[in-house]
Amino acid sequence: MVKVEFLGPISNEALNIDISNLSELSAILQKNENVSSWLETCAVAINDTMVSSKDHVLKDGDRISLLPPVCGG
Amino acid sequence: MNNTNALQLIDGDLPVQNITNTWYEEFQNSNYGAIITFVGIVRDENNIEGLSFDIYEPILTSWFNTWQEKAKKQNALVLMAHSRGDVPNHKSSYIAAVCSPKRRVALELIDEFVEDFKKSAPIWKYDLLEGKRVYAKDRSTKIKGAGILN
Repeated sequence: MVKVEFLGPISNEALNIDISNLSELSAILQKNENVSSWLETCAVAINDTMVSSKDHVLKDGDRISLLPPVCGG
Repeated sequence: MNNTNALQLIDGDLPVQNITNTWYEEFQNSNYGAIITFVGIVRDENNIEGLSFDIYEPILTSWFNTWQEKAKKQNALVLMAHSRGDVPNHKSSYIAAVCSPKRRVALELIDEFVEDFKKSAPIWKYDLLEGKRVYAKDRSTKIKGAGILN
């Protein structure tokens, strides 16, 4: 089981789902109306480390964060 | 100063004089030849009442620590303060500073530090319009590597 959290302006409660890689997560989130339109612009972190490809094996307890476009200052 | 104090996150608008005076007092005897401070102030435009911010602290902290390491290699130091939540017009939401033995290092670092902050730091901005928060989508920047789940 991994936890998926949506940061900033994405209005979706965190999900606890049973997946083993980010391709599976992508397939699930593409079906989620609140989230699908954000996928093109969101960066992804696993356990607070940014990742740059979907080729990442997930393990039980991992925490995945979706980070939409930013604007500090 | 440790990295925890070098990065300050504060609810509401920033007490600018207090923060910048504290930095100056702390570092004026550290033999830095230059201290450059950048103070960001919320502008009254597009009928907004102010801005509001969400921050994701774990990744902001690691982003900041990476910059601190980069600064240390040049014998410099970076400092930053940012607001959480609502900040009214004409108040400050962001202060960045660089302390450096060398003027040129300080000038270049403050530029790179502030620009990278704008495009990488995990902070989300909202306009305050009629008391509601409206995500500043058009002014926001995708983080490098965005879109892998698309």
